[in-house]
Amino acid sequence: MTSNRIIDLVEGDGVDLARRRFLSVSAAMGGGLLIGFTTGPSIGPADAAQSVASPPFTPNAFIRIAGDGQIVLTMPYVEMGQGTYTSIPMLIAEELEVDLKQVRLEHAPPNEKLYGNPLLGGIQATGNSNAVRASWQPLRQAGATARTMLVSAAAKRWNVDPASCRAQSGEVRHVATGRRVKYGELTADAARLPVPESVALKRPEEFKLIGTPAKRLDTPAKVNGTAVYGIDVRPPGVKIATLAQSPVFGGRVKSVNDAAAKAVKGVRQIVRLDDAVAVVADHMGAAKKGLAALVIEWDDGPHAKLDTQKIVDELEKATLNAGPVAQNIGDADKALANAVTKVEATYQVPFLAHAAMEPMNCTVHVRKDGCEVWVGNQVIPRAQATAAETTGLPLDKVVVHNHLIGGGFGRRLEIDGVTRAVQIAMQVEAPVKVVWTREEDIQHDMYRPYFFDRISGGLDAKGMPVAWNHRFAGSSIIARWGPPFFKDGLDADTTEGAIDLVYAFPNLHVEYLRVEPPGIPTAFWRSVGPSHNVFVTESFMDELAVAAKQDPVAYRRALLDKTPRARAVLDLAAQKAGWGTPLPAGVGRGVSLQHAFATYLAQVAEVEVSKDGAVRVRRVVCAVDCGIAVNPDTVKAQIQSAVIFGITAALHGEITLKDGRVQQSNFHDYPVLRMNETPAIEVYIVNSTDPPGGMGEAGTSAIAPAVTNAIYAATGKRIRKLPVANQAART
Amino acid sequence: MPHTLTINGKARSVDVDDDTPLLWVLRDVLGMTGTKFGCGVALCGACTVHLDGAPTRSCVTPIGSIGNKAITTIEAVGKTRQGRAVQKAWLDVEVVQCGYCQSGQIMSAAALLAAKPKPSDADIDAAMSGNICRCGTYVRIREGIKHAAHGLANDKRGS
Repeated sequence: MTSNRIIDLVEGDGVDLARRRFLSVSAAMGGGLLIGFTTGPSIGPADAAQSVASPPFTPNAFIRIAGDGQIVLTMPYVEMGQGTYTSIPMLIAEELEVDLKQVRLEHAPPNEKLYGNPLLGGIQATGNSNAVRASWQPLRQAGATARTMLVSAAAKRWNVDPASCRAQSGEVRHVATGRRVKYGELTADAARLPVPESVALKRPEEFKLIGTPAKRLDTPAKVNGTAVYGIDVRPPGVKIATLAQSPVFGGRVKSVNDAAAKAVKGVRQIVRLDDAVAVVADHMGAAKKGLAALVIEWDDGPHAKLDTQKIVDELEKATLNAGPVAQNIGDADKALANAVTKVEATYQVPFLAHAAMEPMNCTVHVRKDGCEVWVGNQVIPRAQATAAETTGLPLDKVVVHNHLIGGGFGRRLEIDGVTRAVQIAMQVEAPVKVVWTREEDIQHDMYRPYFFDRISGGLDAKGMPVAWNHRFAGSSIIARWGPPFFKDGLDADTTEGAIDLVYAFPNLHVEYLRVEPPGIPTAFWRSVGPSHNVFVTESFMDELAVAAKQDPVAYRRALLDKTPRARAVLDLAAQKAGWGTPLPAGVGRGVSLQHAFATYLAQVAEVEVSKDGAVRVRRVVCAVDCGIAVNPDTVKAQIQSAVIFGITAALHGEITLKDGRVQQSNFHDYPVLRMNETPAIEVYIVNSTDPPGGMGEAGTSAIAPAVTNAIYAATGKRIRKLPVANQAART
Repeated sequence: MPHTLTINGKARSVDVDDDTPLLWVLRDVLGMTGTKFGCGVALCGACTVHLDGAPTRSCVTPIGSIGNKAITTIEAVGKTRQGRAVQKAWLDVEVVQCGYCQSGQIMSAAALLAAKPKPSDADIDAAMSGNICRCGTYVRIREGIKHAAHGLANDKRGS
């Protein structure tokens, strides 16, 4: 069940959540900012809207219009920075002919029948940069349906032809007579009308909101400390816990001496699980102090001696044998045998942690008759299901409150943190907020998989590619996360960016071998399959251009006759970057081009390499054709964001294992880009009337090869293994 | 041990060990959750508050070390001239994405502007490089600081 009552979250006299919530309600009622989403799915405004006398009009699962005219969008996607709480309401508001600020959001309850993501096989999830893509038709349709019915209701009331009426600014107007009626006054009548089977959607040239930069609706609460993330919830009587999980995946607790921990002021309880120990306290300071005072002996289990190199060796070995064919065009083997020039390489990308700014956390209150969960998560039905399974309670006795997410990047498509918190909460007689330390967050992440790639290309006498042969091995996230979508040894995510390339290759052969590493869990990571594949394919394209002694942009361009959108972004990025103009010594430009997440994107990176090999990205130019840019300012912001995220990984990102333990632990040894390392980033959006493409991740996968190709241009050093680290040092 | 702190102009009493970091007193004892936990070891800046106006990482500031210094948090920084200007600039420039680090970013930026009303790019690098943003809003943070500086310079009514 999803609760619709207001749960009193208040404790103490500091920041008073109930008061804040009341203010949110007031703001929403006043037609102002919808802060509903700051406090989860089950909050005041909905109750307020429902309490109005006139019955609401709910033409579909997404829209509810109350008698006071308040429009509520039941929002299937969660906000983690990508701007979805603004761009999705824009779709509804556009078709409904209302101001964006008139739409208030409510989190969708766990209900895959109504809110399953059509682009994720019906799983109710926010991911794969597809919220706008998945919503483009259905949510505009939902808005247009509501609008059509409201117009019909008004026309009926006035006894006029609906075609003589027009919806505008939250009311219906009869053009000839100037009569007007507000939506709120039509809800009862509209609700009695049959839902039309088909409705006309606005043409792009009629858009008023879509395509125009909109202010994000979630920003005001995020600049004054009032936004409530999962880590900020405070149910009455909540205790704070932190934990130590087995430092080796698969290990167990052998013994615990908790005498010193229990003596710490504020520590209330030590919870021992099979493979973890938690300290429950009045505050995180005491919990951390208690944790440090614990003496835990671990049984490291079967992976006690695991090192990264053993995993890499297995992957490398796997690529010596044939695997399932992801794509085949022509006869690549034969073409390669007959090629004038052959180029061969192996590539590797490392395990990566997510390191979202909000460390993993989940608050749970387990009672005999029910369980309540407060969390920011991208798969709410799964969070509900694991709480039910872990407690043994029926699904309808588990309430999940979803919250703003302080950075997802794929980490919160997993529910391990929810399961863990429920396990702990089952032993605590109060609500307990389980907060992972940063060290625990990095060392017990679920990681972007390591991949090992073999790739070869054949060129004809003119240097043009006649053969492309690519085989790679690594983990399939889909095989675990969505088993039905892993078929015949393949899945669409792991191979995205390796197949269906933008280039016209006459002979192409791509194989993928699923090899699951022992002793380290893997998961989606921003830009998923392309995060690996685009680095390999776009680096190798550069190698082919070098072998052909041709300019990397011109070389690519010659292969794009059949993909004009790809050619257009390549041209635009090259032009804006001043491709071909002179650069100082030690500085190089690199280009990358990709079609992923239904978006075309080209990047040019300008990189400076010092004599000691230090790499600084000075400037990034990005041209993007994402179809219709629903909120162009968010498109730009997402590119800026994705580029920084991708540079961090390309230059520094690496998780390694030694003796089964993740060696990195915090931002000193898992460094991320900072202000002083941030390049100038220019984003150019191609005008388009094509349907929208995904924007959250595309910029991340494209930047690594642009950077490493630029390093090659600057130094002649080809980077075939990430991260760059100190590989650019001149020897 | 009982401690009396001055937080956002009000005296607050808490009873915790001397070595308890200020961050947890704010968040867990007093319920002021605008100040965020990011790393626990002063590497990310999410927990930045002002002590007598100086940007300070609350995650490594023992409560016993504060004495009677005035603590200002994100909840009240908008009452300062610079804090108000930074918050407005963050909205004007649309800096924020997930927003989790932005409390700390705003506290660092407000302190920078109080010390240097017209910061150079090098000043911004120096003042802001201790604040991590995983959404990578740095380009807009820089723009936001300059926008706020401009706004403050034009604001003749400022105190």
